[in-house]
Amino acid sequence: MTFPKSDLPQGTLDLLILKTVALGPVHGYAIAQRLQQISRDVVQVPGGSLYPALHRLENRKLLAAEWRQTETGREAKFYRLTRSGRAHLQTGSASWQRLSEAVGLILGMAEGGPR
Amino acid sequence: MTWWGRRSRRREQERDLEKELRFHIEQRVADFIRLGLGEEEARRKVRQEFGGMDQVKEDCRDARGTRWLDSIWKDLRFGARQLRLNPGFTAVAVASLALGIGANTAIFELVNAVRLRALPVADADQLAYIDFPSGSMRSGVITTRSGRFTYAQWEQLQSSAEPFSGLIAWSATRFNLASGGEARYAEGLYVNGTFFRVLGISPLIGRTFTAADDEPGCESPGVVISHAFWQSELGGDPNVTARTLTLDRRTLPIIGVTPTGFFGVEVGHQYEVAVPICADKFFAGDEQGRAASRRSWWISVMGRLKPDWPVSRADGYIKAQAPLIMEATLPPSYRPDQVKRYLANKLEITRGSTGVSDLRREYQDPLMLLLSITGVVLLIACANLANLLLARASVREREIAVRQAIGASRTRVITQLLVESLLLSFVGTILGALLARVLSRSLVAFLATENDRLFVGLSIDWRVLGFTSLVGMLACVLFGLLPALRATRVSPASAMRAGGRGLTAGRERFTAQRALMVAQVALSLVLLTGALVFTGSLRNLLRVDTGFRADGLVMMDVTWQDGQLARERSFARADNLLEQVRELPGVASAAEVGWTPMSGAEWSEMVWPDGVNAEHQPSYFNRVGAGYFMTMGTPLLAGREFDARDTAAATKVAIVNDAFVKRFLGERSNPIGRLFRFEGRAGQADPVFQVVGVVRNTKYLTLREQFPPIAFLPVRQDENPRGGPTLVVRSALPQDEVIRAVKSLMSSHNPDARLGFQVISRQIERSLMRDRLMANLAGAFGLLAALLATLGLYGVIAYIVARRRNEIGVRIALGADRRRVVWLVLRESALLLSIGLGLGVALTIYAARTVETLVYGLKPADPVVLSSAMGLLAVVAMAASYVPARSASRLDPMQALRQE
Repeated sequence: MTFPKSDLPQGTLDLLILKTVALGPVHGYAIAQRLQQISRDVVQVPGGSLYPALHRLENRKLLAAEWRQTETGREAKFYRLTRSGRAHLQTGSASWQRLSEAVGLILGMAEGGPR
Repeated sequence: MTWWGRRSRRREQERDLEKELRFHIEQRVADFIRLGLGEEEARRKVRQEFGGMDQVKEDCRDARGTRWLDSIWKDLRFGARQLRLNPGFTAVAVASLALGIGANTAIFELVNAVRLRALPVADADQLAYIDFPSGSMRSGVITTRSGRFTYAQWEQLQSSAEPFSGLIAWSATRFNLASGGEARYAEGLYVNGTFFRVLGISPLIGRTFTAADDEPGCESPGVVISHAFWQSELGGDPNVTARTLTLDRRTLPIIGVTPTGFFGVEVGHQYEVAVPICADKFFAGDEQGRAASRRSWWISVMGRLKPDWPVSRADGYIKAQAPLIMEATLPPSYRPDQVKRYLANKLEITRGSTGVSDLRREYQDPLMLLLSITGVVLLIACANLANLLLARASVREREIAVRQAIGASRTRVITQLLVESLLLSFVGTILGALLARVLSRSLVAFLATENDRLFVGLSIDWRVLGFTSLVGMLACVLFGLLPALRATRVSPASAMRAGGRGLTAGRERFTAQRALMVAQVALSLVLLTGALVFTGSLRNLLRVDTGFRADGLVMMDVTWQDGQLARERSFARADNLLEQVRELPGVASAAEVGWTPMSGAEWSEMVWPDGVNAEHQPSYFNRVGAGYFMTMGTPLLAGREFDARDTAAATKVAIVNDAFVKRFLGERSNPIGRLFRFEGRAGQADPVFQVVGVVRNTKYLTLREQFPPIAFLPVRQDENPRGGPTLVVRSALPQDEVIRAVKSLMSSHNPDARLGFQVISRQIERSLMRDRLMANLAGAFGLLAALLATLGLYGVIAYIVARRRNEIGVRIALGADRRRVVWLVLRESALLLSIGLGLGVALTIYAARTVETLVYGLKPADPVVLSSAMGLLAVVAMAASYVPARSASRLDPMQALRQE
């Protein structure tokens, strides 16, 4: 099962990207790879969604970018989290946590009453 | 980073974007190959997965927020290309916009300079103007255009000036720079000692006046000169304060120069030399000056308000002070009834930041009217452009349909069409602004005269710039929006289907053009009527019977410069001069006069017939010499002219005009020999005069007035003759030759005397300056409006005919009479025309009420004028639509149908 961009709840892709970048400077391709690996292939972000999202985040100054060498010696654009990006990630993941717990509670109840 | 900075880095960003995306793709391909796919296969898979490279790029650019800028840039370039491709259209559009915007801006520059702009002094908004309300009792002698107060009143104002941190007083005058012969004048100001300090004008060179310079009766006043005068007369000499200046044959030391840009406090005049008020006595011929007389009104006053005194509070203060000031300054020669009215005089304080201006008083209404006229011209031009664009839009229908079909949003297409209009109006505005500079300057030059040099500071300021760009933008939206909305409304599918087939695209499209057409006709009828009204009014004024023959008359004004002469000597000298002038070759006759009619001078007294207990009513007076009426060409109706009998010792006599007889003496009895009196000064007897002649009515002050009652008294019975005679000379020779002959006569007999000349017919013409201005400009704009509207009508009819080619072809093929085809087309324009004219008549009648005071001898919505304007417009418009109608009737049906 894949989640194209449109199926991810609003703002979720941004949050996932920010979280991935929070682990250390990373280029766009690696972000896509990591998202796929960590989500066990559930989240697959096509380039057509990833790069506009990256550029939007950079434009909002949540990400900063610079050109660096990869391990294989090629030039790539590496993204890292800015201070406001980190703050955004914290509030964003906290509210996501709350929301998903709430959704879980509601869905669990519908299943067959309290266990 | 600003959007502009982002934009300038655009190329770099594009490269980075390309590199970043390519890196992603290469990595992905490498991964697939590592998983065992062939390169070809891998690439195909990646392409499938990644989507369209260009789409992704576009999304990234969107995410960065620079795309709107890119698209505007593209639109601008596309628009410019479109305009270059249609040079004819572009030229017409830009030219009509430039004309419309240029005319508007030029008039606005004048309005701004005359009415809106603050004086170029420090904190002009603190200035307040002190004056009498209109209708106040101010009897006496007013010797200058700015004479609002007497010297006694000015002294009183100074001691009751609590709201002010400082007061300024000034009086306009002219000083003769020449030491003999024909006079050469400098614009002069008498100013009080603190004038420059209160205004915050610090000297460029030397010093300005201080309170010590303005002590009453100052013996050796200095002179402060303006920057312009320093440059033009003294060559910008840096050591100018070591030099002197000759004013009215008196030598004064120059003490300072004021900075550039300071022209005084009267908008419309530029001061050149300023002397202290106390110097009036120094220049006066009578050793007294006007300060001594409480009946001499010659001073204007403004003040700088203290911060806690708003204008309203200061006004209340001065109103409370007024009775005290009047009490203290009462002229002793007033009669009891005059005293009562004088003591009831009030004072008022108004905002003075824009200075005072006789120019403003006279030209405020005409300028505002002209501004609305040019506004309407611009509206008509915009309507024309909108029509042109509509026609063009329907040609571009297919192009627009294709754009919309492949996904351009309506907003996007409208934006692009509007950007095109924006380009047009931008170019039009720039050209218009340049045109306005020329126009406004020539307008000022038109209004200036040799005796009344006009100075209007026409510098561009934020108001003018704002006005021009606002007008330009407004024009752009006006002519651009409607066609853009229309053009994008047709559904792409139907446009594509119909495209190239020459079908009429529904009647709706024509509705917009017809509405625009009707509006144009209506508006241009208003302007055309205005043009006819103002030219008619000027023609009426030029035809007005003045009561004398102005052609061939020259006035010469002589001032003996050797001080006060005894009365007898002065008369003898004048007689001698008159004799010599009469003997000059080509001179038919010459006579003395106090002042010539309509020169601006006036003298009136309260008159009643002697021995009758009648109401005292005003009559004008003048003094004339022997042979005056013959020289002026005014017929004598009864009695005689003045002659050698009427000496100072003889009975006081008068010649009166017809209107005087009617008002004071009654028409039934013979006026000759009757006596009348006027009110003498307080404590003196009322002087009595015997009528010895009656002349035809003449104008006294203006051409517009009804013939007023006038009494002429003999110059030889004047008890206080001036320092030299004024002569009128009639000659068949060209006026310049007469003037030259008189000059050479004077230079051999009395080289020191000061001379001034005036050609009477030119003097009268000058009094019609405002009417001439209105006639010329309203006329020109009216014609322009009619021309634009006619062009517009032609364009619309021609366009409609072109769109209906097939229909007309079918009609002709089916046997329609060619005359019927012509009629078919003409009916269309006749309908539009009559609706437009109907609306125009209503508009004209409404607008006419605003111009009543400016028009002479006809009603602004005069039915004859209105119907001739309608007729004119109708004939021209029908002629313009006959051209396309005729070409429609000559259509070859086969050809028209084959094109189908």
